[in-house]
Amino acid sequence: MSMRTRRSVRAGQYVALLCYLIFLAFPFLWLISTAFKPAPELGSLHPTWIPQHPTLDNFRQAFDEQPLLRAAANSLIAALSAGLIAVLIATPMAYVMARHRTRLSTAATGWVVVSQAFPFVLLIIPLFLVLKNLHLINTLWGLVLVYVVWALPFALWMLVGYVRAVPRELEEAAAVDGAGRLRTLVSVTAPLLAPGIVATALFAFITAWNEFFFALVLLKTPEKQTLPVVLTHFLGAEGASDLGPLAAAAFLATLPSLVLFAVIQRRITGGMLAGAVKN
Amino acid sequence: MTLASATVRSGRDGPPGKGAADRGAGTWFLVLPALIPILVLSVGPLLYGIALAFTDAQSGRTRATQWIGTLNFRDLLHDGLFWESFRIGLVWAVGVTVPQFVLALGLALLLNENLRMRWLARALAIIPWAMPEVVVGIMWRLVYNPDAGILNETIRDLGLGDGRDWLTGLATALPAVILVGVWSGMPQTTVALLAGLQNTPHELHEAAALDGAGAWRRFRTVTWPAIRPVALSITALNFIWNFNSFALVYVLTNGGPGGRTRLPMLFAYEEAFRYGQFGYAAAMGCVMVAVISVILAVYLAGRLRGGDDR
Repeated sequence: MSMRTRRSVRAGQYVALLCYLIFLAFPFLWLISTAFKPAPELGSLHPTWIPQHPTLDNFRQAFDEQPLLRAAANSLIAALSAGLIAVLIATPMAYVMARHRTRLSTAATGWVVVSQAFPFVLLIIPLFLVLKNLHLINTLWGLVLVYVVWALPFALWMLVGYVRAVPRELEEAAAVDGAGRLRTLVSVTAPLLAPGIVATALFAFITAWNEFFFALVLLKTPEKQTLPVVLTHFLGAEGASDLGPLAAAAFLATLPSLVLFAVIQRRITGGMLAGAVKN
Repeated sequence: MTLASATVRSGRDGPPGKGAADRGAGTWFLVLPALIPILVLSVGPLLYGIALAFTDAQSGRTRATQWIGTLNFRDLLHDGLFWESFRIGLVWAVGVTVPQFVLALGLALLLNENLRMRWLARALAIIPWAMPEVVVGIMWRLVYNPDAGILNETIRDLGLGDGRDWLTGLATALPAVILVGVWSGMPQTTVALLAGLQNTPHELHEAAALDGAGAWRRFRTVTWPAIRPVALSITALNFIWNFNSFALVYVLTNGGPGGRTRLPMLFAYEEAFRYGQFGYAAAMGCVMVAVISVILAVYLAGRLRGGDDR
């Protein structure tokens, strides 16, 4: 390839990358811009990218209009419990799936794949009936139960990848030294797995924090509802004046998962890679 | 639940266990804490859900639920609205999955090059990925807003006319929500494809380049065969997820205008939780699973038989 063609290829690549960056960023920048605009600017027929008179009024108004703090607390409780419980019960099972080729682990792997394909409506109707009989409708614990099971497939998938990345030889060495199975698991494997377990828990947290469908169906009263459901209440009356608080609340609701995701992103993609490569 | 299984393939490669004695009670002790919830709250309800499709179950009714055989399915067959939403679901799923794949492949190829703004692209790609779908929907409503939105303002600035009310226009609503779907799912697909690309042996590329193969030739003969398995599974999964999606369109249009964006999940949700027709909605779920499975089986069989993928 001549120097000149190579240089023009590079230039083309940069232009393409720039287009991608704009496409990825612009809606988010617009959300932020809208969140900081005062009411008169929101009503303007010629909106600008940069707020002329930036204000925090929209945030104040958002908290006044809807029980956002309560909703955030609910989301936090549901997502934290789901993340913790999911990894607590998934880790041992993932260990067995990764290390032993039994009929059970084959079935579990099959279930992980199949469970991705089912429309949730087929799951939510019976779950609704079951939870209703247990008097768990409109309670956070009912939602947590659903989130735990919902998080299990990908928790298992990620964790199996992490377990496989731990060299077997280490465990065998411990076994030779006379350590029992559980002992080996706790003192040799678990510490090496810890970063993967944390990443999986955080990922389960993020998905539960973001989840909407189950929460919409299972939680009836505003004081029980999670953040995504409460956000949709802003959509009720669609006057131009509501755009600001809507944007402010939406922006706030995104921050926790954005920050957490930025922290664990490398591990998640690493886990995906490990799973893909080891296959 | 979107990314982790993006590259799921059957993972049965684990070396055999150390021996039967080792797998006894201890294994069950490790497995049961996860297995019981899975059976009670996932497998069980799924079977229960399928069973409900053959009953006249309704919410808040005192009279006992009865078996009605295939009556729900026969009704569904004649339910024009359902099949219309099914058609919209297919258009939406294909309309999102295909451009998403093309764009993601382009971005993955770029990110695989040694470009200077790579880190920025990676950082930005987090945004659609980590955002709640509800927020993505709200955000794009702000973009599409006929008066105060940036899209129409840009159109006006470029002198392309006055812009329009994208989400409520009969002709524009579906394309408008499809664009949002493409945007929100692109990063996951990109990362999965990038993972595949990074497995491609670099030497092969160089050898092909030395032999005088152009960029397209090298892509066809070296890159594509290496990422084909990942590409195949991510496309199949994306198609299913998109067909089954709910939150995004619920927030953007809630199925409107005039049902033009009413995806099957929205239809089934309304049937179940607004009109209380549990049995009928469950039957819809069954039909969705069945048809999607058939489509996927045909697609996968075709692609696998395609061999070298011409």
